[in-house]
Amino acid sequence: MSEFPQPDITVTNKPFWDGLKNGELLFQECTNGHRWLPASDFCPECLSTFFEFKKASGKAKLISWVIYNTAHHRAFEKMVPYNVAIVQLDEGPRMITNIVCAKEELMPEMKLTLTIEERDGVFLPKFLAQ
Amino acid sequence: MSNLHQMSGKYVIAGIGQTAFGKLPGRSTISLNIEACKNALIDAGVEKNQVDALLVKTPTSAREFMYGQKLAAAMGMRPKIGGSWDQGGAANIALISNAMNAIEAGQCEIALVCYADNPKTGNRDHFSRPRGDDAVFGWFSTAAGYAMIQQRHIIEFGTKAEDFGIIAKAARRHGAENPNAQLRKAINIDSYLQSPMQIEPLRRDDCCLVSDGGAALVIMSATKARKLGIHHAIPILGLGQGQTSSDLTNRPSLTSTEAVVSGKTAFTMAGLKTKDIDVVQIYDCFTIAVMMTLEDYGFCPKGQFGSWAANGYLEIDGGLPFNTSGGLLSETGMPGLQLILEGVKQMRGTALLQVAQAKKCLISNQGGTMHTHGTLILGN
Repeated sequence: MSEFPQPDITVTNKPFWDGLKNGELLFQECTNGHRWLPASDFCPECLSTFFEFKKASGKAKLISWVIYNTAHHRAFEKMVPYNVAIVQLDEGPRMITNIVCAKEELMPEMKLTLTIEERDGVFLPKFLAQ
Repeated sequence: MSNLHQMSGKYVIAGIGQTAFGKLPGRSTISLNIEACKNALIDAGVEKNQVDALLVKTPTSAREFMYGQKLAAAMGMRPKIGGSWDQGGAANIALISNAMNAIEAGQCEIALVCYADNPKTGNRDHFSRPRGDDAVFGWFSTAAGYAMIQQRHIIEFGTKAEDFGIIAKAARRHGAENPNAQLRKAINIDSYLQSPMQIEPLRRDDCCLVSDGGAALVIMSATKARKLGIHHAIPILGLGQGQTSSDLTNRPSLTSTEAVVSGKTAFTMAGLKTKDIDVVQIYDCFTIAVMMTLEDYGFCPKGQFGSWAANGYLEIDGGLPFNTSGGLLSETGMPGLQLILEGVKQMRGTALLQVAQAKKCLISNQGGTMHTHGTLILGN
């Protein structure tokens, strides 16, 4: 059994994780034009249930980041030091992710582009410098 | 005047109690809560059978179903109103508000508000747990969320590492003078800067202690306290609360806290302004929380903390003494209630590091990763 933490795949977020398997990062948008992540059955703004999953362009900017010098889980022991970041997609929603670069290369507001990495069967949306 | 201001001074903290803080092996949270409540009742001069509300904050590291009822049973109490409330570190002030409102409505007369936890000798997995599905990115632990906020503050305002050191130095100085503090070791800015990096940009000395301990308050009306002849009851002048998204990614701003909201309510209720406050007890789980809270209350211009707080402004002999018993960084990591106890002592004039002629004390409690916030203003 994989020791890598597995996402809790639900009816609600399955399209998001399936999208990544197909090479696409999806966010949700309701008929009132509100956009969001993470996946939800209701628009967090207007509580609408009329929404669709849309493909993100993959362009984003870096909002903030942290550097882990020790791992809190065995699956990350070989990765330290590693970063975890908040990025904002060009379409608006923000998400937690990793930037695939050394910590010295991280710059505020840097332009990013999506890269999808597979680890132990989980397809992960990460970002590279543009 | 609104109903808000009419509540100002109408309720009091009539008694305070606590356990020892630090490493208390073998003590359950129920046992710690009982000791703290017993001491608060003795301090108020109230018998347990006079108490008709028992409001407890859920132990952060050891949640239990129907915890409030278990505590009541262990104390041989059958309160009319009772239960446990989960709102992270802001729950203490929420429970004071709930007690005041219930008394105002005639549902009860005397309330015990308490909290105890034992993560030091018990289980501290709660604090390093994965953050939902984002664990796939290695996103673990409570500290990481504060580190993320701190990094954004550095990006937006050019905040220097030394600025955070100012906060740690003040708390540690006060803790060093408190014989009941868990960590009694003063630091200077140089030693702060040399303390090891945790989750960057957090240094070890930015992070609060992990502690076992409990504390309790007795809440009643000022009228009731007078009738019972309780002379050291401290009036609650202002109280406010606020909450934001639990997802860091879905907050309107990473560099603003709900102190903006809870502070506005509390200052309006009290009819006071920041210049009226003599001493503050600010929730210092991480130094960034203190900086942003003081900015958001309006004590300090946003992004100018370093120059505002320079020259020991937050220390006992400074302009706005902060966390005069050491706070979460030095006295005890027990989340929040100890700050209210210290506020009460300052207003009674019985604090170990007493601020001369202090008449008004502001206390900030916050929970989660700055999700929840409570502001309390005490005074004479």
